[in-house]
Amino acid sequence: MRNQTLGAAGEDAVFHYLQSRGYTVLDRNWRIKTGELDLVAISPEKKITFIEVKSRSSRKFGDPLEAISAQKAHRLQKLALAWLVMHGLWGSDYHIDCAGVIFTNEGRYEIDYRKGVL
Amino acid sequence: MALSKVRSLALLGLVGHIVDVEVDISDGLPGYTLLGLPDAALSESRERVRSALVNSGLPWPNKKVTISLSPAWLPKSGSHFDLPIALGLLAAQGVITSEFPESLITMGELGLDGTLRFVRGVLPTLISALNFGATSAIVPTENFQEASAVPGLQIRSFTYLSEVVHFFQSGEVPMQELVHPAESPTHSLDLTDVVGQIAARRALEISAIGGHHLLLIGPPGTGKTMLAERIPTILPALTAQESLEVSAIHSVAGSLTSRGVLTRIPPFVAPHHTTTTTAMVGGGSHAVKPGAVSLAHAGVLFIDEAPECANGVLDSLRQPLESGSVTISRAVGTVTYPASFLLVLAANPCPCGKFNGRGRACTCSSLQIRNYLKKLSGPLLDRIDIRAFVEAPTRFEMAAAAAGESSELVKRRVSDARKIAAARFKDERWRINSQIPSSELRARYKAERDGMTLLHNELDSERLSARGFHKVLRVAWSIADAAGHIRPTKDDVEQAIVMREGAFL
Repeated sequence: MRNQTLGAAGEDAVFHYLQSRGYTVLDRNWRIKTGELDLVAISPEKKITFIEVKSRSSRKFGDPLEAISAQKAHRLQKLALAWLVMHGLWGSDYHIDCAGVIFTNEGRYEIDYRKGVL
Repeated sequence: MALSKVRSLALLGLVGHIVDVEVDISDGLPGYTLLGLPDAALSESRERVRSALVNSGLPWPNKKVTISLSPAWLPKSGSHFDLPIALGLLAAQGVITSEFPESLITMGELGLDGTLRFVRGVLPTLISALNFGATSAIVPTENFQEASAVPGLQIRSFTYLSEVVHFFQSGEVPMQELVHPAESPTHSLDLTDVVGQIAARRALEISAIGGHHLLLIGPPGTGKTMLAERIPTILPALTAQESLEVSAIHSVAGSLTSRGVLTRIPPFVAPHHTTTTTAMVGGGSHAVKPGAVSLAHAGVLFIDEAPECANGVLDSLRQPLESGSVTISRAVGTVTYPASFLLVLAANPCPCGKFNGRGRACTCSSLQIRNYLKKLSGPLLDRIDIRAFVEAPTRFEMAAAAAGESSELVKRRVSDARKIAAARFKDERWRINSQIPSSELRARYKAERDGMTLLHNELDSERLSARGFHKVLRVAWSIADAAGHIRPTKDDVEQAIVMREGAFL
């Protein structure tokens, strides 16, 4: 699987995962000049949640979530605030979650979903 | 259980402080935070522990790992926290289910392949642990012999991290054999190698009897270094207590393996004359290491070419010479190491070294000759009890068939004299003549009447300082012990004065 298709497949997987757990997804691949938010959703507890998805085709190169460096975490914070400002929701309570997706053979995958990590 | 606690110790000087390694694993992005003022070697533990776990087939948590080394205010250094950190991580993940008792001390560095590696300072660490109520310890196999020297601790040693884990899971311990060290290596040096030098030999013997500091002066190639190197061969063996102290110091310095654990042979330390003050007295920016004066504790500190030493290096010896210990203050804290040694200085008589006999071959100006030995400061020289002139052996001495006395013979005389002194001091705090306090010397350890008169005359004529007065009396006691006199005679005192002044100076 090419990296771009891998990333898209990972986001699809997490999209279905969220829907099955009562999330309402508001936005997918919201993009501005400084970056992109993979998923924005309203959680069952009615909180705005930003989700960063990391996908890998094996664990050979470490856990997918290890790829989120302090720098990337900081960029996610800024993007989340930008999304809130542009939707007139500045000041609302929000969460940032991370999801690591690992694709094993034959299209099967595992999701490691971590809530409120940032 | 996502939280666990393993006990270890941090060493500051020779004193260990209890450190609890607490490991917490919580949800969140994978990360590793090490708290509690770690130094560079300790901060690098993450990479070592991670590789060691993975390569031992053990799980590494891809979660938020927080490790706290408490007490938090105590600066910690060294790689020996690798093992407790790894064990804490495994317990927090549930791989090891047993709790770690507070009486168990663990220490060891991890290799990337999961081997347990040698660490410094195990001996003093475990001695301190004993005072905190520890009953057992886990150490790397390479430290087993050293750790076994601590009485009253159950020592388990392992070669691999996986063996330690297996032990906690099943209680099984791999076979351990205490490898008995080869008998203490006998000295390869012997006083028979030294030709002639009757006066210098005598000076060495008296110095060894009472622990009196020595200055050897002589032209190059006459045997100053040979003589000094052979002093440990005539000193009595270390006591069990001294041997433990010496081993603890060498354990911290990392020189215990080459020296041998609990060796009874007095150490001989000969720093080069270009040495720095820090190397001499101890120090360093994060771990305060023992210097040459502490490595020579209970043994001999020999400084060859003493006048060539940098300014201040020799004078830094004055404090340990007086107190028998050094106290070093650094950012991490204040550390005291024992530093009670026999100081032996060697010097040439002049810069070209040939000012002996009639001094005909000497090319130095009279000013140079006068200034050369002045590089040894007055206060330092005042602390030297015996000055011995080492002459080039004569043709007659070189041809003499009979070899000089052996170290064994001299050592026996030294031991006998020390026994006499020890019997005299059996109710006192000190054991050898050089340690008699001045007040006690004047009150209870006087020489015979005419000997004291001689000493008082020297004092009145300002040929002796007050310190010199006491030093001469102490040397006189050693001379008396060697001769079997009950109290120093006038003759013994005279000899002590001549030895102190070294007639030629």
